[in-house]
Amino acid sequence: MREPYRRPMSSTTWWLSKRIYVLFMLRELTSVLIAAFLVVYLIQLAQLGQGAEAYTAFVERLASPGWIIFHLLVLIAALYHSITWFNLTPQVIVLRWGEEQVPPVFIAGSHYVAWLAVSVAIVWIVVGN
Amino acid sequence: MVEPSITLEVFRYRPEIEQEPTFQTYTAPYREDWVVLDALNYLKDEVDGSLSYRWSCRMGVCGSCGMMVNGEPKLTCAAFLKDYYPAPIRVEPLANFPVERDLVINMDDFMHKLKDVQPWIIRDQEKPVSEGEYLQSPAELATYKQFSMCINCMLCYAACPVYGLDPSFIGPAAIALAQRYNLDSRDQGQDARREVISQHEGVWQCTFVSECSVVCPKDVDPAGAIQQAKVSGAIDWFKSVLMPRGSQ
Repeated sequence: MREPYRRPMSSTTWWLSKRIYVLFMLRELTSVLIAAFLVVYLIQLAQLGQGAEAYTAFVERLASPGWIIFHLLVLIAALYHSITWFNLTPQVIVLRWGEEQVPPVFIAGSHYVAWLAVSVAIVWIVVGN
Repeated sequence: MVEPSITLEVFRYRPEIEQEPTFQTYTAPYREDWVVLDALNYLKDEVDGSLSYRWSCRMGVCGSCGMMVNGEPKLTCAAFLKDYYPAPIRVEPLANFPVERDLVINMDDFMHKLKDVQPWIIRDQEKPVSEGEYLQSPAELATYKQFSMCINCMLCYAACPVYGLDPSFIGPAAIALAQRYNLDSRDQGQDARREVISQHEGVWQCTFVSECSVVCPKDVDPAGAIQQAKVSGAIDWFKSVLMPRGSQ
């Protein structure tokens, strides 16, 4: 007699069953914080169009503790997403140099080097000038 | 001296007598060189002949003894009792598949998907045997060798939440095998496989949880295969948009 049994799987809580699923879900959820940041950033740009006064007032409001905590959370989310993603890049990009495969550490490493270079350039623009 | 023993909590489902599965607790001798499959074989031979499960080679080659061991997809021929002893071991059928009986899952869905990706060498035109073999260099072999190590044990499907939530997903092993043949220098079947691989139920359903690659007993890295298939699929698409007439 055949009566195949299908075990139920919760579509809302499945990711709580394993650590690796929780970490995956955290990575997915970082996008919510990044999206929220981008909305704030767009509003900031819109204020720029309203003139210097409106813009300065908006930036001053962003200096409140609540907004600083928000931006710290966004920074943590962006770092977590970037680092976990860079570490996954060797699985996505496979390069060959002649007959040899480029070692995975070079693929991930080149992302970190590029990240560092861009960060240094931004710091130079913001602080240096 | 009393022989040490270990407790196994085994998933039982006998459709002719029960509608819901239950767990049955057995005691098997504990031996340091025994794997979970050895304990199951002992139980079947000495304690309860009605216990059903699949196995064949007991050496990690055939891919038939995959089960959930304490919630993790494992080849039971490679899951040593000593790694769990003295705690009890919970043995269940592979997750995400319908259960036929006890530890036996229904693999029809996987078999169909495997066939759908046409995991064999496809040639536009076969050359006659008199012209000899299709030659391949070690470098050409190296491009796909890792993906050819798959033993179809389905642990990756049991680890994949996407497949668990939506069984229409072609899934890790089948896509890895498609990629294995797409990368083979002797193969010309990329176009034939594209429809299955590039559809929504193909590579794009994968969210890169990566657990499939973690549980793979052969280090095939199906998650990597899927992402690489996404990259080549996207490149093909851009080529076809930018150069509609000469993209190949």
